[in-house]
Amino acid sequence: MDSGLSPQDKKDLDKFIKFFALKTVQVIVQARLGEKICTRSSSSPTGSDWFNLAIKDIPEVTHEAKKALAGQLPGIGRSMCVEISLKTSEGDSMELETWCLEMNEKCDKDIKVSYTVYNRLSVLLKSLLAITRVTPAYKLSRKQGHDYVILYRIYFGEVQLSGLGEGFQTVRVGVVGTPVGTVTLSCAYRTNLAFMSNRQFERSAPIMGIIVDHFVDPPCSSQLCVCLSRAPDEEDGGPFAGVQDSQEVCTTSFSTSPPSQVRGHTPSLLFTVFLYPLTSSLPFSNLGDDDGLSQSGEGRRDEGRRSVSPSDPVESLNAFTRKIGAFVNKPSTQITATSMDLPFAAFAPRGLDSEENDPMVQPPDSPPCPSPLQASLHSQGSEGSGPQDDFVMVDFRPAFSKDDLLPMDLGTFYREFQNPPQLASLSLHISSQSMADDLDSLPEKLAVYEKNIDEFDAFVDMLQ
Amino acid sequence: MNCRSEVLEVTVEARQVEEAMLALLHTILLHRSTGKFHYKKEGTYSIGTVGTLDFDCDFIDFTFVRVSSEELDRVIRKAVSEFKDALGNSGSDGMGQISLEFYQKKKSRWPFSDECIPWEVWSIKVNVVNLANEQERQICREKVGEKLGEKVINVVEVINRHEYLPKMPTQSEVDNVFDTSLKDVQPYLYKITFQITDSLGTSVSTTMRRLIKDTLAL
Repeated sequence: MDSGLSPQDKKDLDKFIKFFALKTVQVIVQARLGEKICTRSSSSPTGSDWFNLAIKDIPEVTHEAKKALAGQLPGIGRSMCVEISLKTSEGDSMELETWCLEMNEKCDKDIKVSYTVYNRLSVLLKSLLAITRVTPAYKLSRKQGHDYVILYRIYFGEVQLSGLGEGFQTVRVGVVGTPVGTVTLSCAYRTNLAFMSNRQFERSAPIMGIIVDHFVDPPCSSQLCVCLSRAPDEEDGGPFAGVQDSQEVCTTSFSTSPPSQVRGHTPSLLFTVFLYPLTSSLPFSNLGDDDGLSQSGEGRRDEGRRSVSPSDPVESLNAFTRKIGAFVNKPSTQITATSMDLPFAAFAPRGLDSEENDPMVQPPDSPPCPSPLQASLHSQGSEGSGPQDDFVMVDFRPAFSKDDLLPMDLGTFYREFQNPPQLASLSLHISSQSMADDLDSLPEKLAVYEKNIDEFDAFVDMLQ
Repeated sequence: MNCRSEVLEVTVEARQVEEAMLALLHTILLHRSTGKFHYKKEGTYSIGTVGTLDFDCDFIDFTFVRVSSEELDRVIRKAVSEFKDALGNSGSDGMGQISLEFYQKKKSRWPFSDECIPWEVWSIKVNVVNLANEQERQICREKVGEKLGEKVINVVEVINRHEYLPKMPTQSEVDNVFDTSLKDVQPYLYKITFQITDSLGTSVSTTMRRLIKDTLAL
């Protein structure tokens, strides 16, 4: 409805809304670049500072915005939206927030376009500057870099909020009434930042930190993906180089009397920045998940992805133990490791059937030989692979360890590293050499110490 | 004319007082500052440009936007620093209030001095707590950051109601509406005051007033 709106006012209003849309996108995108923004105040107007605010124009953003708007203006039913999303280095992505510039039918016929609407749009931009630092995506965007980047996408038309997950919140930045409708700026942001996508449950969980992430290509691969973490100083010099058309001069003259002096052209700033929202899942979110361990005898879902090749005897033991389910109720079948060439085969967990022969469980009627402990003491030099009969098989259960036979459980670790090799510096011939040197220099050292005995006494007194 | 009054309340640790106050005061002033006016012939004027700057707080998990003007920042910091010192000297149970008042000057005839008529008052109530260990401090960092975010949203909500604002003045009247003393920006005329509440909940100023009244009554 243009009743009462002069052609000049209508033209100005369209111009204001176009530039407002442009600046809105710039503010939002720049706030998600991950850097602190700083622009200078200037007491003399330059003619390209729309809404009397120093907001840089990044040319790529301008270009994308113009593409999305394609000559149209945000209007009733046609909203301009900027979508911010996060993409991890693995390729997963997640929508974080959607900023919407909408127009509704509520008109304010009496408002002065060239003055009041302009100033209120300026205040709304300032509010946008403040609010963009408050939503959760700001902190995420400041930390972007190696693990993830922040992307943006601009679209025009219907607002799409389905990608924000459940329980998303909305914050209203502000409204400005105009004779043709009320401009509303708001942000819907995701609150559930847990990176659990549906896809995760279809994959089998990796074991012990082996992350297998074979994702299919995201559905909207045809869309342009624009990365925000690019440094903004790629543009041509000067803070306002982005304003391309020479006639895009903003209204800077105001009048305390009824508007008469306002002149300007009709710049059309269309901003479409194409964001590429991707649903993502955090790396390592599957650590510690035992469901992947398949039951013995059943097909191992992740077999093809595991790269275990039992080259090491210990590995082979581990490979065998992997067959057993983590939380299986029946007692775990102990594997006799003596058949493998293990260094501490005698100490490997023995099968249940060995309990019958376990002297500790069923002590022999008469101890014909010295007790096993004594036997082990005498043979301390040996590496423990002596005849098993001399040793009593005691199930080695280290304190606080789980008995689930996962590879590298505490017991295995302890057994493996129980007898580490000798330190080179402690080996006999080297140590004896240094010992001899020490003994030779001893008299000299003693003489020196005796000379300085007063100093030492003073030091000791000081300490007391 | 009715003065619009808004109250914001925050609970912070002693070392966070300064940044929390700066965050809120600067956010309000960002919205209540314009570029410098340049009056031309025929009653028209042009407006300078306001730059903005992101400020990361050290003791709070928060970043706020302020006007890019070192002069204005100095003035606000000085006021906040005085408030912080007063709060610190008041005792362990620090409670106080800092007020940012926007006013218009109304010239009166001699011998009466100019009247200051407030049109918007923001009162920020501060409650200072002491925390026992580092873990609590870390939680406080984040919590206060979130709270400040909520307060910024409150401020923006009030301002975007677009209620009364002084009319744009003519050249001769500009000093009655705006603070023209700064080189690069022009906030509305404002003043910052504060009062400290002692642990009994009464403000020091009311106690003094009561004392004087009682003395006079004798």
